[in-house]
Amino acid sequence: MNAVTKSKGKIIASKDSLTRSIQRLCFQLMEHHGDFSGSCIIGIQNKGVWLAERLKEKLYQLDPKLAILSGKLDITFFRDDFRKGNKILTAASTEIDFLIENKRVILVDDVLYTGRTIQAALQALQQFGRPASVELLVLVDRRFNRHLPIQPNYVGMRVDALEEAYVQVKWSEEGDTDKIIMFDSEPKQI
Amino acid sequence: MTNQTLTGRHLIGIKDLSVQDIELILQTAEQFKEVLQRPIKKVPSLRDITIGNLFFENSTRTKLSFELAEKRLSADIINFSASGSSVSKGETLLDTVQNILAMKVDMIVVRHPSVGAARFLSERIPAQVINAGDGTHEHPTQALLDAFSIREKKGTLQDIKVAIIGDVLHSRVALSNILLLRKMGAKVKVCGPPTLLPKFIQSLGVEQTYQVKEALKWCDVANVLRIQTERQDLQYFPSAREYQQYFGIDRALLDSLDKEIILMHPGPINRGVELTTDAADSKHSIILNQVENGVAVRMAVLFLLANRPLSN
Repeated sequence: MNAVTKSKGKIIASKDSLTRSIQRLCFQLMEHHGDFSGSCIIGIQNKGVWLAERLKEKLYQLDPKLAILSGKLDITFFRDDFRKGNKILTAASTEIDFLIENKRVILVDDVLYTGRTIQAALQALQQFGRPASVELLVLVDRRFNRHLPIQPNYVGMRVDALEEAYVQVKWSEEGDTDKIIMFDSEPKQI
Repeated sequence: MTNQTLTGRHLIGIKDLSVQDIELILQTAEQFKEVLQRPIKKVPSLRDITIGNLFFENSTRTKLSFELAEKRLSADIINFSASGSSVSKGETLLDTVQNILAMKVDMIVVRHPSVGAARFLSERIPAQVINAGDGTHEHPTQALLDAFSIREKKGTLQDIKVAIIGDVLHSRVALSNILLLRKMGAKVKVCGPPTLLPKFIQSLGVEQTYQVKEALKWCDVANVLRIQTERQDLQYFPSAREYQQYFGIDRALLDSLDKEIILMHPGPINRGVELTTDAADSKHSIILNQVENGVAVRMAVLFLLANRPLSN
């Protein structure tokens, strides 16, 4: 990785390369899940939900006949850092209006870092039934920063960075263009 | 969404809450309501917290609702009722609470017949305090769950007309409701016999009337209060039968209105006094929705009070 400027961060994936990654991920999903009957896509709040939306949009473009079950999962109440650090947690909505019993769940998040979010998500997911299997799809895998033995099944890009670096995915929903930025430390205001 | 928490460490009354605080509690309660619809209704958030429920006064709904909310959040809980305790041997409130806190309790939920009991404790003990009713003063979680229930039906609180009918003088539910509804932009009219409406109540920004039909015709939501005989040291009205004649609400009265209103009651109902059975069990009534929402709202309050950086 090249040097990262302190304040503004460095763009490590542009809109075009992001779009290409999403397209590739969609083909991989279609390879494994066929017509998606018996499968569902669950986006983790907040940014995983936007990625899940992008994936669904692309999948429908590739095959308009698909019918994909999808939902949003908020993991605030399951996080293991509640009352542990200086961060204050704010809950977002969970919208899963089906049981995941015996379904093949594709869990979607933007960045896989320590694995703690995914651990909380797996715990939260149990409240909606016993899935046949759970797979993990992430846009960015920071593979050398894991605290837990959690690995993704589908990866947009791998980023090898120092522990203190901060990788952020920006979506147009946030009033920006789609891109991935890397900072050398976590910005104060996210 | 920005990271937010409540401004205060305790929940003593609606008086201390800002509009943002109330909005945050109601929004968080919506998320908890969804959690309570799941096949498994428990979340682990408060697993390292111990909560003491201190009830120096009788309660069914509030006590069970807090207890269930705490259990759904995985907190450890201890329950205390004044009856059958050393309070009858003359132990003071502060001594009682400090002995309970010596057992390493992080948060207490307190109901007490004296006005200001919750604030008194919050100024003297290290634990966080939630007021579950202090005498005739405030009952903040009831007002929050009432507001949540109204908003669920109406979509907003802004400009909604709420009539509060009955024993306003002795009601902590009425005061907390008035303060909250006024902060959130609703319009409030109180109605009851002149002896049961406090003097200068208009200074809280509410209208008043002595005619129950006028109040019902005006309102979108009627919150009917219980006649609190246990707090009435004087004869405020001649008889329950006469009260029922002038201020009781029955099905015929509701049907005579040219619109559908929402009927609420904080419980327990004196059936046949302030509400007849056919009114309390009618389609207008959301009394049981209020009880259901109570758990979600109390989970939100407990979660948000615990949701503080440890450095504070």
